[in-house]
Amino acid sequence: MKLCIDIEKRQGDFSLALNTEFSGERVGLFGASGSGKSTLVHLIAGLIKPDAGEIYLDDTCLFSSRNRIDLSPEKRRIALVFQQATLFPHLGVKSNLLYGYKRCRPAERRIKPEAIIEVLNLGHLVGRGVGKLSGGEKQRVALGRAVLANPRLLVMDEPLSALDDSLRYQIIPYLRSVSAEFGIPCLFISHSLIEMQLMTERVLVVRDGRLASISTPDELARTGMATNPRGYLNLLRLDGATQKDGLFLYPWGESDLIISEGRIGEESLFELSSRDIILFKSHPEAISARNLLECRVAELFDSDGRKGIVLESGGKTLVAEIVRPAAEELGIATGATVFAAIKASAFRRLG
Amino acid sequence: MHLTPEDFSAIALSIKIAITATVISLPVGFATAWLMVFSHFRGKVLLEVLINLPLTLPPVVIGYFLLLMLGRNGWIGVFLKSFGIELVFTWKAAVVASAAVGFPLLVRSIRLGMESIDHQLLQASRSLGAPWYDTLATVILPLSLRGMLAGSSLMFARSLGEFGATIIVAGNIPGLTQTIPLAIYDYASSPTGTAMALSLCIVSVALSVSVLFLHEVIGKQLEHGGKA
Repeated sequence: MKLCIDIEKRQGDFSLALNTEFSGERVGLFGASGSGKSTLVHLIAGLIKPDAGEIYLDDTCLFSSRNRIDLSPEKRRIALVFQQATLFPHLGVKSNLLYGYKRCRPAERRIKPEAIIEVLNLGHLVGRGVGKLSGGEKQRVALGRAVLANPRLLVMDEPLSALDDSLRYQIIPYLRSVSAEFGIPCLFISHSLIEMQLMTERVLVVRDGRLASISTPDELARTGMATNPRGYLNLLRLDGATQKDGLFLYPWGESDLIISEGRIGEESLFELSSRDIILFKSHPEAISARNLLECRVAELFDSDGRKGIVLESGGKTLVAEIVRPAAEELGIATGATVFAAIKASAFRRLG
Repeated sequence: MHLTPEDFSAIALSIKIAITATVISLPVGFATAWLMVFSHFRGKVLLEVLINLPLTLPPVVIGYFLLLMLGRNGWIGVFLKSFGIELVFTWKAAVVASAAVGFPLLVRSIRLGMESIDHQLLQASRSLGAPWYDTLATVILPLSLRGMLAGSSLMFARSLGEFGATIIVAGNIPGLTQTIPLAIYDYASSPTGTAMALSLCIVSVALSVSVLFLHEVIGKQLEHGGKA
């Protein structure tokens, strides 16, 4: 997907002016509430009209004030998934799923209902009415409905913000799999950095209706490490846990990672704040933290007075955060060996 | 309770006029409500005032305006006469009078229903490939059914009770244009008509209760249908 945007839009006191070009299969649009993310989505989808400018998706002109082109939303083939599932209340699950599919030209029906019902695990819901679904089920149906419209671009406008934490991380694998399995380019909108890290490969940061930067989710997390109240969040997908003394042991390189709250027999996603990693220059004699990992310093970066230290351990990387004087005292440099102490309770299981 | 053949004819005529006025007004009312809720155009306020005017005007005034327009020298009357159609002092004029008086109630109810539709449903429908008329038919129309039902019931009931505009534009001709309220008016003016007037009043009450009852039953069914 390649999107070229050069638009202006004024709405009351708020003005949006963007001129950018980006490509990628999973692009994120990141910004605080009121930064203009949703307005931009509405402009791209054709639900509101820019005051002036041009929008191109791949080689198709969606809007051009100069050439007087303004493709209607149904001709743009950009499907939306909203914060609320917005299922049609007068239709059942099946009719909702097929709403866009039926309106898609037969030649463009690349993704079949059976496939999406299987991937999104909707089989047992198909015969039901939408009023009896849970929040997560509704959002899965909405996602299936959007994908079955066989769109050129799938736009997800904060699709997880209405869900509670446990549901949110249950839905993310589905969001990722539809994009990957069916090869639909996604534009993912959110104000959550962690969602950006999980869902996207490139991120456009929008601030006050202007493009602030284009970066990767990791760069974004590194830049915001000092200002984010929870620092840099390391996201770890771990599997193959065993249980010992009430703790969970996950394979980590040649040793184990010891975690308080795990799950046997399934892959789990954990977050670990960069502030929960304590570094030692040499092996401490005794320590209460359950994990003591020997790491190699792969990279150092600055974030607003703090030092980010990228550690390599067990073939994986972790980011730890220390203040600059501590970095000087410890004499940490790229290539050095340090010991990282992490409490078993510092890992938070997301889903 | 005793009803004369003229009374039966007045009852049948009342029902016929109310049904015809409602059926004719329903698509127009739906289109007007849709325009008011989902479109932006110049003169919307003016249209709003015009639609609601019959609510505030005395029905007699509406009847008089209709008489001026539909009469032999009225501009609509002259136009219709060229096709051999004459409305004034026929049951059709009573339909026009009922439609004019009940229309704002109909539009108001449909509008309330439409305004409660989540706009994101319409955006979802459009982005899923539905042109505006498809969204209108497959999302707005089904989700407006309750409003349309409520509006139709109100309009039907209002048409059954229409008096002022009807007597001016359709007259009070027994068997031809005399509806239940006009017949009651005749009985009430006669010293011996009290029992007859009461009989028709009872019929009126029965009709209104039936309409309201039907409204509730269909409304409940739609509600369950919506949750399916």
